[in-house]
Amino acid sequence: MDLNLKATELRLGLPGSDEPADQLQSSSSHVKNNKRSCSEIDGSCQKQESGAPAQKAQVVGWPPVRSYRKNVMEQQKKPDSDGSGFVKVSMDGAPYLRKIDLKLYKNYFDLLKALENMFKCTIGVYSEREGYNGSEYAPTYEDKDGDWMLVGDVPWDMFITSCKRLRIMKGSEAKGLGCL
Amino acid sequence: MDPEPKKPEDSPSNSANSHTPVQPPSPFPDEVLEKVLSFIDSHKDRSSVSLVRKDWYNAERWTRSKLFIGNCYSVSPEIVARRFPRIKSITLKGKPRFSDFNMLPRDWGANVHSWLVMFAKVYPFLEELRLKRMTVTDESLELLAKSFSGFKSLSLSSCDGFTDIGLKAIASHCRNLTELDIQDSVTEDVGGGWLSCFPENFASLEVLNFASLNSEVSFDDLERLVSRCKSLRVLKVNESITLDQLQRLLVHAPQLLELGTGSFLQELTPRQYEDIESAFSNCKNLQILSGLWEANSLYLPVLYGACAGLTFLNLSDAPLQSGEFAKLLAHCPNLRRLWVVDTVEDKGLEAVGSSCPLLEELRVFPADPYDRHHRDGVTELGFLAVSRGCRNLHYVLYFCRRMTNAAVVTIVQNCPDFTHFRLCIMTPGQPDYLTNDPMDEAFAAVVKTCTKLKRLSVSGLLTDLTFEFIGKYAKNLETLSVAFAGNSDWGMQCVLEGCPKLRKLEIRDSPFGNAALLSGLKKYEMMRSLWMSDCNVTMKGCRLLAREMPRLNVEVIMDEESDESQADKVYVYRSVAGPRRDAPPFVLTL
Repeated sequence: MDLNLKATELRLGLPGSDEPADQLQSSSSHVKNNKRSCSEIDGSCQKQESGAPAQKAQVVGWPPVRSYRKNVMEQQKKPDSDGSGFVKVSMDGAPYLRKIDLKLYKNYFDLLKALENMFKCTIGVYSEREGYNGSEYAPTYEDKDGDWMLVGDVPWDMFITSCKRLRIMKGSEAKGLGCL
Repeated sequence: MDPEPKKPEDSPSNSANSHTPVQPPSPFPDEVLEKVLSFIDSHKDRSSVSLVRKDWYNAERWTRSKLFIGNCYSVSPEIVARRFPRIKSITLKGKPRFSDFNMLPRDWGANVHSWLVMFAKVYPFLEELRLKRMTVTDESLELLAKSFSGFKSLSLSSCDGFTDIGLKAIASHCRNLTELDIQDSVTEDVGGGWLSCFPENFASLEVLNFASLNSEVSFDDLERLVSRCKSLRVLKVNESITLDQLQRLLVHAPQLLELGTGSFLQELTPRQYEDIESAFSNCKNLQILSGLWEANSLYLPVLYGACAGLTFLNLSDAPLQSGEFAKLLAHCPNLRRLWVVDTVEDKGLEAVGSSCPLLEELRVFPADPYDRHHRDGVTELGFLAVSRGCRNLHYVLYFCRRMTNAAVVTIVQNCPDFTHFRLCIMTPGQPDYLTNDPMDEAFAAVVKTCTKLKRLSVSGLLTDLTFEFIGKYAKNLETLSVAFAGNSDWGMQCVLEGCPKLRKLEIRDSPFGNAALLSGLKKYEMMRSLWMSDCNVTMKGCRLLAREMPRLNVEVIMDEESDESQADKVYVYRSVAGPRRDAPPFVLTL
């Protein structure tokens, strides 16, 4: 009996295809490679970042930005990695920052209570769907990649290793973050 | 020195001994001629003067005090020393521009040392040295520091090769130093101890820029230095200087014309906040502002008091959001030049259009050039908004992820005075995102409308048509940058045959081959240089060019993995110095 288990399998691939999704050709697929012979072998020969499918091929010296400008977002990262869990906390509207040691807290609940105390504000309750919708303030943090994330989305342990800085945003501005 | 094909010999003999027909005596005695010529500054004018007649050539060479060498390999230190006996200021440029983007192997060349050795011998009264894209070792800086007792001004732009050892020598020995300006320099960790080497009684500094060096300096020594240099007008510190430290510096130097701040993010007490705010308000002469690392809406307001007179705001190290950016701009009505990061988005550029009517130059840099974070950046809408509000715009550098022909056509109609139009659509070969057409129409409009255009960088999906238009209309074009564009040799030929003032042509990843390369035979001697990388040029074509044109240096940079018959990186330039004597093994001079 053919249960056709394959049909119920979850995998990457267009419906009907048996192969995993071909590496998507980026719009730069006609870009000449530095190695001319490469393009004769296989049209999809591109320098790919390891593991990630459908990444744009990175060409040497393109776009033409100077090395030190390369990733201004990442450039800003001076890791607060002195071994302690101290991160800076800013709150919209407050003239100066605070610092807290994430290692002192066991979970999100403790952290949020501490923040509410420190800044005399209400942050409310996190929900996966709504974020902190309805609260006056929403806690966000900057992760290792330089992205601003909503506090609470990832497991606590992952959070404390990837959190570089906290920012308590006005609830109205944080709306977008919660609805992803 | 601008070597031209029709130039007289480099070292003409005195007219008494020459075989050339005796020229009629000059109506002016030499002293008068020399006095008159001493008022001529521009090196281009001086070049023209030197071609008039032999005594003018001699008078010119004796009165020239400023030397400009746009390509250090176009001439040799010996030739320069023979021709010009009295030089006080030298500007030297080295590597081709694409070296900024890591397209040149390390140790390619442009080492300043042999020049310095000659200068030390022949120009003991040298006062100023301005280097761009050159390798400068500590040994060279030490030689510089010890050889010229009256040395005043050192500028290193996009240079590499030095550490704090060399800088220490400069600080310790140059007693009359007025300018130390280090920009965009590629340095491995240069230590910060050099700043402490300025002697205690040293007070002549007018310009100090160490913004691109990343090591911490002694703040105490910096503060003392700033407070005793009463003529300081330019101060650009690095990121290690904090906000409250900056406040103390500003209190000592409220007369500054140009300021580069350090880090702009710090826990400040309300008192410190007030102090820095008032320090900025006291800087009544500030015209140029940069730095501002990590600035955000919390601390930008401390600047407001200093912004009324600002003409150049450089936010390229401070990725701001549109809201805080717009608020800042509202305080800067006199801006002429603005550099920003594309995190301000189109909305931020709309604010530029409405707040900065006097704007002449705009540069928008990508926060995320490799598209790792999939941020929007800016689009054709932002550019349009600026062009509507800033009718004096003549210089633009714009990195974006999408553009349309229609937008560019409108933009140049709004701003027909562009002299520098550098558009970088970041995905190679990308068409008009609305119509899917090539971007030919856009650049056709640019060259047709902007008759004063001197510099053009093209991008996006482009056919040979673009180059036909450039050749036909861009009569004042001096510099052209091409990447991932064109269909055939015809495109490049149009440019080479059409643009009479072309001086620098740099091309990468475009299907131009030997026929195109060789069509420019005669032209290259009138240009500073040609760069072609990853095109369809072969060694055969390069050898042919080299054979036909002995006064050109045709250099091929060999790549380990490259095919032996292909010429992957070609650099062609005119030279009176012959082939390079210092070429590394991977640079083949044909």
